[in-house]
Order: sequence, then structure tokens, then C-alpha cells
Amino acid sequence: MSHKILHKVLHDICAQYDNNQHRMMDVLLDVQRCLKCIDGEAMNHIASLLGCTRIEVEGVVSFYSFFSDTPKGNISIYLCDDIIDRQAGLKKNAKAFEDALGICFGQTTPDGEFSLDYTPCIGMSDQAPAAMVNDIILPNLTPESIHLFIQALRAGTAPEDLDGVLGDGNNAHDLLRSQVHNNIQVRGDVLLCEVGEDAGLHKSLSLAPADIIEQIVASDLRGYGGAGFSTGDKWGFATATQDTERYVFCNADEGEPGTFKDRVLLTERPDLLIEGMTIAGRAIGSEYGLIYLRGEYVYLKPWLEHVLEARRQKGVLGKDIGGLKGFDFDIRIQMGAGAYICGEESAMISSCEGLPGEPKTRPPFPTEKGYFGHPTIVNNVETFCHVARIMDRGARWFHAIGTSASSGTKLLSICGDCSKPGVYEVPYGISVQELLEMSGAKDICAVQVGGPSGHLIARNEFNRKICFEDLPTGGSIMVFASTRNILEIVDYFLEFFVDESCGFCTPCRVGNVFLKERIGKIRKGHAVPEDIDYLKELSNTIIKTSRCGLGQTSPNPVLSSLNNFPLVYSALVNENEDGLDTNFNIQDALEESRHLAKHRSYIYDPDFGEG
Amino acid sequence: MSTAKTLTFTIDGKTIQAAPGQTIMQAADEAGFYIPRLCDIEGLRHQGSCRVCTVKVNGRTTSSCTQPAEQDQIVESETEEVLNLRRDLVRMLFHEGNHLCPICEASGNCELQAMAYRLNITQPTKFPYQQPVRSLDASHPDIALDTNRCIRCGRCIRASQDVDGKGVFGYVGRGVHRSVGVNGDNLADTNVDITDKAIAPETCPVGCIIRKGVGFTVPIGEREFDLMIIGADIEGKSDD
Repeated sequence: MSHKILHKVLHDICAQYDNNQHRMMDVLLDVQRCLKCIDGEAMNHIASLLGCTRIEVEGVVSFYSFFSDTPKGNISIYLCDDIIDRQAGLKKNAKAFEDALGICFGQTTPDGEFSLDYTPCIGMSDQAPAAMVNDIILPNLTPESIHLFIQALRAGTAPEDLDGVLGDGNNAHDLLRSQVHNNIQVRGDVLLCEVGEDAGLHKSLSLAPADIIEQIVASDLRGYGGAGFSTGDKWGFATATQDTERYVFCNADEGEPGTFKDRVLLTERPDLLIEGMTIAGRAIGSEYGLIYLRGEYVYLKPWLEHVLEARRQKGVLGKDIGGLKGFDFDIRIQMGAGAYICGEESAMISSCEGLPGEPKTRPPFPTEKGYFGHPTIVNNVETFCHVARIMDRGARWFHAIGTSASSGTKLLSICGDCSKPGVYEVPYGISVQELLEMSGAKDICAVQVGGPSGHLIARNEFNRKICFEDLPTGGSIMVFASTRNILEIVDYFLEFFVDESCGFCTPCRVGNVFLKERIGKIRKGHAVPEDIDYLKELSNTIIKTSRCGLGQTSPNPVLSSLNNFPLVYSALVNENEDGLDTNFNIQDALEESRHLAKHRSYIYDPDFGEG
Repeated sequence: MSTAKTLTFTIDGKTIQAAPGQTIMQAADEAGFYIPRLCDIEGLRHQGSCRVCTVKVNGRTTSSCTQPAEQDQIVESETEEVLNLRRDLVRMLFHEGNHLCPICEASGNCELQAMAYRLNITQPTKFPYQQPVRSLDASHPDIALDTNRCIRCGRCIRASQDVDGKGVFGYVGRGVHRSVGVNGDNLADTNVDITDKAIAPETCPVGCIIRKGVGFTVPIGEREFDLMIIGADIEGKSDD
């Protein structure tokens, strides 16, 4: 591409966003989509158009997985690589892609048509193995279907026109035409049952904002992202500020491996979500809402835009909502670009400001100083949906469901070794055992509750209950049969945290690498008892000194597996009888000299002289 | 300090006075109580990324360079538990990069090295050495960057942005790949100048930013931390 055309393309893209540096994410997403690459020259030019420095642009480009400074293909394929996909046959699918395309992972075909990469959990663990092909999702892949898809793509079929069975419900809507399935297995009494159209919003219109917050407080609604902070209190903090420019953010960056329930809500209950956000706007006196949609869910964007526009037409979004003069509230969608950390509320705010997705220093908390320093409430998709239902049916109704400290129902994403993976809406307080029976899970040895940052529990704890007072979860429930390798699971989770740490603080950036290294040593059978102490001490340092929730929970897979599966470790750990340093690997150490000397070691290689 | 010191709290039992808005570290500094730190330096905005200044506040760990001082806080700093956390963090920084003190020009002036001595880390530690392959940027006539020694403290980034008003440096990458990049293809491609605050000897705590042609002007053995333990200047201060 000539410089002139490149500059024209960049000029037009930046102009669409008023050359606003804070819309960096949108600019870069468009540039990546259009040029398949954001190289040094493009970064330089974007910087001059947005009035910032090239290094600021580069900081953002290099932070998010879906931006690339080397060319990706016209069709970019991201194969989902998480533990569920690995156990569902990732290797043979990966090989099918490589064979069909004639390239390895991380490469682009010489004609520039295809690129092939791995990406962590794309929110399809109930229909794994799955891949993203440009903007669309191909679930339930097999080596055979992969070859057919690539054949069709090579013949010029657009990814969205690839043959396949359309999903159920709104997945088959003209704006989605997606092969993704909802897999709703259990519909509870709050969100997945029939819900009245804007019933909560209409009741809220007659209430004073403070009364809305009072109802939410009375319902004991706790955030559904996993941490379980009181939603009413959060809103109260935001309204207690002097600053009247306030923001309502919806966290639709569902990135915890193994969870996909927000995907189903965004598909089947988008009106309820937006209704809940609108009620929040009224409650805290905000005119601006934002839905931060994870990059992997970009296929849902036209659908959500459509729902937003339909609501504006109906008068339940935009100006004078519901005929209430002066009640103005509108929402824009901010796309993410592949960064798990952006599910952390302050990292999400950074991303929306056009920055790398790094958490912010707290205090101040976002409710006091969030988006551009203004009070911002960030709630999960599921939380906002519940808000709308509470305002319709009342706090007492909601409070009566669930347990004493965990009101309401919870959407669980159950996946792994079960016959009925999918979304289950169940009251808080349900036991893990009940979930296993419901989902057709047999001969299970371990359940990961709450994703990698949660707890890996063993059979003796299957009577524990899903609720804040016992086993909290943002929604991810991964079940593992007794044939599964516990340490492979732990190793994968650590790899995930190493890849997804933002790198801002020392313990999370470096410590997780060390944890993974030592688990690798144990898996190889080289470990000694001191390695167990090492893992515990290192975990303690990472948890205690990390700046945000990622590092404060990333050692959990290690600690909970040590706690609940001690025999797995003791089977692999041996006393160091010869006294040699088990951390020193002579074979690794020799690699470089072998390479330089171009022959093998006389002492350490039995095949010396053979090559 | 112009604002009145209306707050009092304790660090390791010692009563400290603080003005509203001050961080725990600022108040401690003024009271002559040194809390170890690497990414924080007077005159630059607080970042809280190295975590070496970790303290326990009312039983919870946090970074003292960003945590506001509050009335009646109970802060623990020099306890064995907190010291061990700091030791692990300093070790991590050593093992993450390539820090070869005997051949480094910054030896004796290096805050990382000095911090290790202060915390009694005097030998290789339990962590694996990462031995990363990192680049050397010698493109600029006056300045070289040996990123093997960079500890990602970001002091040069903040100095260039906030003091010099230039933005020569910035973070790039994520996770363990996070590093300090320059605003161009290399340093010579930027508007950096030897007189920038970002390049000043006190800005880079280690030997990453190198001023060409001025090495070894002070002999080893007579350098800053050869003569005093790091933090002794603050510990010499008194609030009264």
C-alpha cells in the first residue's frame, strides 16, 4: 500500500472518531480490521492525527491480543485454547487448521489470505472446540469440519456465509445468523423465565432516585461478577459525590475461562440488561452508559446496536425516557480487543479512555473517581438484568430467593465432562453435587468453581454450596472426570495468568512465571519436598503484594490443588537423595553450547557422534 | 509541608503525623522513617508498581507510596513478614532481568543493588534466572539504553512525560513482555536530550540509562551506596 493511500485510510478512520485520542480502541480496531496490521508507520501517523506520541499508540497496540504490528490474514483465525478445548481435542483440530492452511500457529499465509493464532477462552466452553474466524464464531469443530470450512473460505465464501446449523433463539436472528447455541438447560424464576417488557423501568419512573437505591439496598443484591459487592452500596457511593457527571458502565467483558452466561443474556435478554442500566442511570443521576463488550463477542455488536436503536425509537432510551422530562440516558458500546484484565473494573475504565487495560490505583475507587475522574459504577451484565427484575417484582420477592447472605438466582456456566453443558439459572445455595447431577456429570474427580481464580474442589467437598458464604463464583463451573490430569489443569491456569497479567506490578508479572516454572518441574517428576514449600511461599508473596485482583488470586490454582489434591503432588515429589541441585537441568544448560559447537556432548548425550 | 498535620497514625509503634492527602510514605519520610521503594522518587507522580514499599495497614498489605495516610492507622513496615515480602520482590526483579553487578557501571549507585544489601540479600536466591535476551540501544550520540538492567519502574517515563513534557519513553507489551519502549524506531529517532530529567543520573535507579562518555568518573568504593545504606538520608531526617 502506498503511503498516500495508507494516510488517507488512517485519516478517514481517525476522523470518524473526531481525532479523539480517547477513542484509541475504536481507531485501532478499525485500522486492524482495514489494514490487518498496525505497523510503525501507521502508529506514527495515528499519533500525529490524534495528537499523541507514537509510544502511546504502541503501548495500546502491544497490549491487546487482537492488535498486531505484523500483518494478519484477510481472514484471521483464532482457535480457542483453554483447558476445556484442550480436553475436547484441541491438538487434532489445531493440526487440521495447520494442514488445511499450510502454516503454523502465529503465521500468516504468503498470499496474506489467512492467519492462524491461539486465543484463550472465547466464551464457548459449552460448545468447544470453537474458533473465531474474523468476527464470527465456529463452535463444535472437528478436523473434518475444519477442512470443509477452509475449503469454502478459499473458494471465496465469506466467514459469515459458511455452512452450518444456526443457533437457537436470537442466534438465528437476521442480525446474528450465528452458529452459536444458547444451551439454556435450566430456566430459573428471575432472568430466563418470561420477563415483562420494561416493567421495572416503568415502576422506577415514578420513584425518586434515592428510593430506587433504597430498593436495591433492601434486596441485598450483590454484584454477579464474582466479588459480590453490594450493588446498592456501590450506587450510593457514586451519588454521595459532589461531581454530577456520572457514568454507568456494564462489564460485558466476560473473560473468566469457562464462563459464557453473559453471552446468553446478551443474546436473549439484551432489553433487560439495558433496562437495568437505564434504571441505574436514573438512580445515580447519570446520562451516559457504556457497555464494554469483549472483543470475542464482536459478533453480538450489530444485534446489541439494533436493540439500543429500537429502544431509542420506543422512547425508553435517549431523551426524556418514558416521557419523564429531563430523564436523559444513552448508551454506547465499547469493544475490547482481547485482554482478560479488562474485566477488572478500573482496567476496563482505562481501556475506555483509550489506554492499555491497566488497573488504576485505588483509592480512589471508580465510584468516586472513575472514567476521566468522574464517578463511575461498573456492574456485571447479570447484575443489571437483576436490577430490572427487582424493580419490577420488588426487593422482598428477590430477597426470598436464595440463601440468607446471597439473594436471588445465579446463572452458572457448566462445562467440561458432563453430558449437558450450558447455562443453568439456579437459586443461590444449590450444592455442587446437585449441579453435577443436573448436568449429567459422572465419575467426576474435581470441579473448578469460579474459573482459574476460584477454587478447585475435590469429591469430599461436593456438598458445598454455591453462594457468597461458601463457594462464590462469577459463573464458571468446570467439571473434570477422574481421567483428567489435575496438574495439567493447574499448569494451564498458570499459563493463562502469565499471558493475561498486565505486567504493571512486579509480583504478578514475574511471580506467576516462577509458579508456572515450578509446576512444570513437578509435572516432569523432578520435584523435591522443598518445591512444595517454595510454591506456598511464592504464592503468599504474589497474593499479598499484587496490586489488583488478578495477582491476588492467580496462585489459587496452586494453593487449592495443593490443599485438595495432596496425593497428586506427593506421587510426583521425591526426596532428593543424591543431593544434586534439582533446579539445575544439565540438558537445558547444554543446549546453547550444543548449538554453538554444532555437535552433541560426549558425556551427556548417549548418541554422541550421530549428528 | 504547608497543610497542617492533623492526622496521626503509627508505623511499627512509632507515632507519625500526616497532613490530609499525604501518602503513608510521604508522612513517614518527613518523620524520618524510611520505607524501601524503587519505583517511587520525589518529584514524580506515584505509580505503585514495584511493590517494594509494601506495608501492612490494619492487617492488610498495600503499597505505602499510593495509600493515603488515615487517622489511627496501624502500619507495619519492618516486621519479618513484610521484610520477607520485600525480599521476594527485590529477588524477582533481579531474576527477571540480567543484573551482573561486577560489570555494571551503576554498581554502587544502583538502587536495586543497594536495596538488596539493605534487605540482606547477598547471594543468588531461590528463584530461577530468566536470562532474557534483551536489546541494547546505542543509536543516540550521548545516551545508551541497556534494557537488560531495566526493572520496569517507569521513572524515566514519568520524568519525560511530566517534567520534560516530551514523552520519550513509554511502556509497551503486556505481562512478562512489558518493557520500556522509546517514542520512535530507536533512541536517536526521538527528541531526547542529555539534559532531560528522564536521563538525569538519579532518575534511572539501575544501570539501564547510560550517559555516554561519563562512566566511572567516581571510582567503585566511593559511590553513593558504597558510603551509606540506601534510605539513610531519610532516616537521618527529623520531623521536629
